[in-house]
Amino acid sequence: MNWNSPAEFFAMGGYALYVWGSFGVTALALLVEPLLARKRRSDIVNSLRRQIAAPEDNA
Amino acid sequence: MSDGRDRRGTDVNNRLINWFRYASPQSFYPLAGRMWPWFAVAAALLCAAGLWISFFVAPTDAQQGEGYRIIFIHVPASWMSMFIYCVMAFWAAVGMTLGTRLSGMMVAALAPTGALFAFLSLWTGAFWGKPMWGAWWVWDARLTSELILFFLYLGFIALTSAIDDPRRADRAGAILALVGVINVPIIYFSVKWWNTLHQGASVSMTKAPSMAATMLWGMLIMALGFWMYSIAVALYRVRAIILERERNAAWVRELAEMKA
Repeated sequence: MNWNSPAEFFAMGGYALYVWGSFGVTALALLVEPLLARKRRSDIVNSLRRQIAAPEDNA
Repeated sequence: MSDGRDRRGTDVNNRLINWFRYASPQSFYPLAGRMWPWFAVAAALLCAAGLWISFFVAPTDAQQGEGYRIIFIHVPASWMSMFIYCVMAFWAAVGMTLGTRLSGMMVAALAPTGALFAFLSLWTGAFWGKPMWGAWWVWDARLTSELILFFLYLGFIALTSAIDDPRRADRAGAILALVGVINVPIIYFSVKWWNTLHQGASVSMTKAPSMAATMLWGMLIMALGFWMYSIAVALYRVRAIILERERNAAWVRELAEMKA
């Protein structure tokens, strides 16, 4: 084990900004991208449902 | 496609049919729907294991202290950014030669994920470069060619979304993907061809890796996690793209999700 306390873990030996800046942004990106993909899918599914429910609208 | 297949001999036909079966958007759509959750679970498990190794198993580096831990995401993200572009170029070539519609959709589904990994490669590289080199950015051959890769992804997305007709967008995008793939070996070999500030390859096919085994395992497991993530999100996105492009097809209207 590398760390004696949680504070030591978060301090990253003085590299906190750089380590957490890298891992944080990566984690955020890999969480947001699937959410955007899910929105893209639900947008097209909803649009198709409306189109099927009211074909003459052609929306 | 059926015309081309009918003209071939029956034994060739039998061998080809299994391969071409899933080349149609209609049969690939449910297959992708069944596959992506498995890749997502594998991605979550591998990334969790990779993070555990990155922070709790891999020892502190003698020269770089704890700052070196950035490489556990920097190297896998950089690999993925190059690998995804190669896969895009492969599907672009398949689409150009065989004329399969699904290929263009796969290329389009991969581009945003590739762009994301190229961005993460540059971002984490900058956050490593600042404490280790004293600069967020240098115009080094490795960094510059990776930046070009990022712009190639953005260019692909901009080009294909600017063309309304999907088949023409696919063809234009395929040309960009195939021409741009020349940049991938340039990135890979840049540290050999030029005198770069960026260090040489940490892992190579031809010689033993120049790092501790736990560090290497952490990087490989994380890379595998990113790989599974990319497959999961690309399969998920290609389903949305199939629906967008096949919106007037009868089979789309028959799908269970359209009835709810």
